[in-house]
Amino acid sequence: MSNRLIVGTRKGLFRIERTGTGNWDVTQTWFLGDPVSMLLPEPGGLRLHAALDLGHFGVKMQRSDDGGATWSEAPVPAFPPKPEGIEDKDPMRGLDVPWSTQLIWALEAGGPGEIWCGVVPGGLFQSIDGGESWALVRPLWDDPRRKKWMGGGYDFAGIHSILVDPRDPAHVTVAVSVGGVWTTRDGGAHWELIGSGLRNAYMPPEMAGDPLTQDCHRVVCCGASPDRLWMQHHNGIFRSDDGGENWHELSDVPPSSFGFAVTVHPKDPDTAWFVPAAKDEQRIPVDARLVVTRTRDGGQHFEVLHRGLPSEPAYDLVYRHALDVASDGERLAFGSTTGSFWVSEDQGESWQTVSNHLPPVLCVRFEE
Amino acid sequence: MTTLCFTPNLLRHVKTPTAHVVGSTVRQALEGYFRANPRVRGYVLDDQGALRQHVAIFLNQELIHDRINLSDSVREHDDIFVVQALSGG
Repeated sequence: MSNRLIVGTRKGLFRIERTGTGNWDVTQTWFLGDPVSMLLPEPGGLRLHAALDLGHFGVKMQRSDDGGATWSEAPVPAFPPKPEGIEDKDPMRGLDVPWSTQLIWALEAGGPGEIWCGVVPGGLFQSIDGGESWALVRPLWDDPRRKKWMGGGYDFAGIHSILVDPRDPAHVTVAVSVGGVWTTRDGGAHWELIGSGLRNAYMPPEMAGDPLTQDCHRVVCCGASPDRLWMQHHNGIFRSDDGGENWHELSDVPPSSFGFAVTVHPKDPDTAWFVPAAKDEQRIPVDARLVVTRTRDGGQHFEVLHRGLPSEPAYDLVYRHALDVASDGERLAFGSTTGSFWVSEDQGESWQTVSNHLPPVLCVRFEE
Repeated sequence: MTTLCFTPNLLRHVKTPTAHVVGSTVRQALEGYFRANPRVRGYVLDDQGALRQHVAIFLNQELIHDRINLSDSVREHDDIFVVQALSGG
């Protein structure tokens, strides 16, 4: 059972812990003033990775080996020199895709010592030495279909979800905004574009089912049942029962099937949570009422959960990495763009407000 | 020798002592500095070695012209000042 979280925000890194009275409070802060775009607490609780987005001065990696007592700067995933004469342009706008890491958007542990990192503008990096060095996964970057990826939320495409199969760390699946779902079964040497059944409504109608143009906002998989994937997509909620090869759209989800965040119970593949919003033109809670939706039967039904969430009008948006579930499947936490933060100890039935005054929340991770 | 100094805004993140450097271009002057202060490179240049989008370099109070190759000529006793552009927010 996890009693603490790390939270990356627009203005620093925060730790939130359960106190003896059962309240959850902010207990530590680091990097105040700096955006923290992604976090990875490694199992065991001592080693933490934090990706900083220093704006003017680029992205930086910070690492702690003592649970956050001290931090030191670590190597950043960097692109190799761009070959002379190569054309690499964003297909929507015709601008040159920068071969330079602009944002660290995903960090996940793989096999022993292995870390995967997804970035904007669409690179996937692998470290086999715990983050001491990084290598661009060239087979994916060099796939000609990668040049059809488009920006989604940012000017250039980005990899935001990395799923490492707990049965086989060489089986890795990534999701791209905007570029669909890709999987490798040999540790990154070969990649397959998957995603039959996904549907978009923002491209010409005849391209609605094109796997390459799917804007997956976030994809998660159930640790105990890794073939079960849940996706919050730009155009709805999808479920896969075969590791992302095929997807089923779940329609009529109240109050909306639009959103960014999704998380799945680590032991029960049929239980997943979402934070809905009025669809893409607005991106605020439907009717200004912030709720969490939950399914416990694989998406046949959805419950709307709101006990402890604001009763007054609320305009919080929850980003794709800002909702997490602890390994026990009981505790959940999420934070919003308005700097509010909530924790649940009962699978979302009720929520405790931790703060309404944090900076905009970018990512949330339970520490186990 | 050319004097190279940095915006104090960088000091929150990395030590950037003012230094006297040699080189006939901005690139050469910076490379000499980075050899002695390797951590500073990633704060000033992007992965391809170009000037970061929201960093600017003044050469004797004039913005340099070549932000990609940093080929602007440098003479002895010039001053190079690395600043953050306000465009970066």
